[in-house]
Amino acid sequence: MPTLIKLADGRYGAAEDVFTTVADEDAIPEGPVILSLTRFQAEGDALLSAGRPVGVRILPDEAIEDLAYDLPRLAVVALAFPKYADGRAYSSAALLRQRLGYAGEVRAVGDVLREQASNMVRCGFDAFVPADGATADDWAAAAGRYRHVYQRAVDARAPVFEERS
Amino acid sequence: MYRYDAIDKEFLADRAAEFRGQVARRLSGEITEDQFKPLRLMNGLYLQLHAYMLRIAIPYGSLDSRQMRRMAHIARVYDKGYGHFTTRQNLQLHWIKLGQVPDILDLLAEVDLHAIQTSGNCIRNVTADPYAGATAEEIDDPRVWSEVIRQWSTVHPEFSYLPRKFKFAVTAAAKDRTAARVHDIGLVLRRARDGSLGFEVIVGGGQGRTPYVGPTIREHLPVDSLLSYLQAILRVYNRHGRRDNKYKARIKILVASLGAAEFARQVEEEWGRIDSPQADLPDTELARIRGAFTPLAFEALPARSDAFESAKAASPSLARFARNNVKPHKKSGYGIVEISLKAHGATPGDASADQMDLVADLAERYSLDDIRVTHEQNLVLPHVKLDDLPAVHAALAEAGLATPNIGLISDIIACPGLDYCALANARAIPIAQAIAQRFEDADRAELIGELKIKISGCINACGHHHVGNIGILGVDKKGEEFYQLSLGGSGQEDASLAQILGPGMSAERVPDAIETLVDTYLSVRQGEERFLDTVRRVGMAPFKEAVYADAH
Repeated sequence: MPTLIKLADGRYGAAEDVFTTVADEDAIPEGPVILSLTRFQAEGDALLSAGRPVGVRILPDEAIEDLAYDLPRLAVVALAFPKYADGRAYSSAALLRQRLGYAGEVRAVGDVLREQASNMVRCGFDAFVPADGATADDWAAAAGRYRHVYQRAVDARAPVFEERS
Repeated sequence: MYRYDAIDKEFLADRAAEFRGQVARRLSGEITEDQFKPLRLMNGLYLQLHAYMLRIAIPYGSLDSRQMRRMAHIARVYDKGYGHFTTRQNLQLHWIKLGQVPDILDLLAEVDLHAIQTSGNCIRNVTADPYAGATAEEIDDPRVWSEVIRQWSTVHPEFSYLPRKFKFAVTAAAKDRTAARVHDIGLVLRRARDGSLGFEVIVGGGQGRTPYVGPTIREHLPVDSLLSYLQAILRVYNRHGRRDNKYKARIKILVASLGAAEFARQVEEEWGRIDSPQADLPDTELARIRGAFTPLAFEALPARSDAFESAKAASPSLARFARNNVKPHKKSGYGIVEISLKAHGATPGDASADQMDLVADLAERYSLDDIRVTHEQNLVLPHVKLDDLPAVHAALAEAGLATPNIGLISDIIACPGLDYCALANARAIPIAQAIAQRFEDADRAELIGELKIKISGCINACGHHHVGNIGILGVDKKGEEFYQLSLGGSGQEDASLAQILGPGMSAERVPDAIETLVDTYLSVRQGEERFLDTVRRVGMAPFKEAVYADAH
């Protein structure tokens, strides 16, 4: 079972993953689920009406704006990294937080390595499923590697120009 | 120049410590080369044909004597006693041992140098006018804006995994010494009619397999909106640039496929939605950065130096050096001195550790402790008193650094080629050496005048052959090296792409072909025409006929 690490109140901790990620060809099980965008668009309404916690998995080539109207009802937006080097999900996360005002969980899934921790946190991710066996402590260490940051981002860290003034 | 404060220094220390840990994990076998590769590439460390190559960033090509001496020390102790200045104003060391890289990064960090973002699909070192702060042509100091971009782009959380590498050029002079129109983004500072300062924003130029002269997507971007606008461009590119094929992943392909107008529309739309006060740099920080580049303590000197004039009259070699390597300075009594790293028969861009030390000494003593690297792989002492030129010239000459060929036929850009690079199809350096030796006669070189030859050892075009007045591309044809000549390119303000002359030829034939091209030019040129002007006026035909006459 892969580890789920959550960031809450500035602390990283291992968390139980109550969501089942459902492949498009599989039947939808009981309990909270994370669906693909197409599956969510077809079946999401029914599940949400039944009071189910639902999350959506967004691939890098899917426009995060397509979720705009559903966001208030979503428990999780899982942004997929098919390869660690595919950086589109960073923009999707920043847009979710800054433009679409999403306050729920933004989860990094796929080829997720500790080297990306700081960038992910700064773009608004608050849940991580590492593919490199990183523990919550590893993740916290990687995310806090740099004492300073040079630019404003989604997180609350003060950039160097605020530290200086 | 900009001095790192405690915050900048702590950032570099954190980065060096992180990489030390990553190298330790690699050396102990905890991670494989495949897993290590993306990590080392974030720190400018490449695995080349024979050894590791470390690319050290020289932010906007500007450094002081302390930094130059430290690079000399590293070249001497950890490499083979020399380094290679690149077309991106960086320094490469080609014979590095992996286990020593953490120590090298610590040594660099002590003098505010690093290798951050000198490789990988991220925002790379900014190219800036090497005459910044010294030329009377500029309307603002491009180093201010280059430093703003350096800070903003350093470990940018959203733009560290772009589809492909991303390069900026910034200039504020009419004469473009940065190749702004063949960068991913070229920023040219201009004043509007109302006097306000803005950037002409050029996006999607580039070389490589598919060269483009970049289109202008905005004529006048107010300077205080720079970072929000860059965020908009980078976001459009990060989201929509191709990632399925690395050869089609640069922003130039996105701009070309959408069309410049549609690309500009998408950028403007995104820009309109960005919270600008949040994204743009506060005026206070801009003022702080600008303060680091306040004009230096120049002396009030007469425009004419008697000492210099009489020394020139007595020394033809000094006179020649002054004609070709000394450029006008904004302050009377000063000159901008270019140091050619293109001695005939040498490797373009190479400098020995001793030469680097000498340049550092000269900078400290004669150039207000300021040194620049040009994208044409030469060095610059930007602020030398004319009175001091004889002494500077004599010291350079003694170290083999006084080759009087700036902008002339032997001032050749060449990539490392097959001698070093795993990607190359053909050698580039020996071709440059053979051409330089053929045109060793300095009188003849001056008679020929400005002629930029650029040589790449493969279609990735690191030697900028697309924008050479004469471009030379090495190709592999059934295991043999062949060279394809092209004419009429320029990377300057009048940017254009060179056109292929005809079939490729063997390495031995290249110097003869160049000779024929030059003879043809000299026979048809009018007045003060440069080689490039003549090619543009008469076209390819006379050159083609002359070079391939023997083949018929």
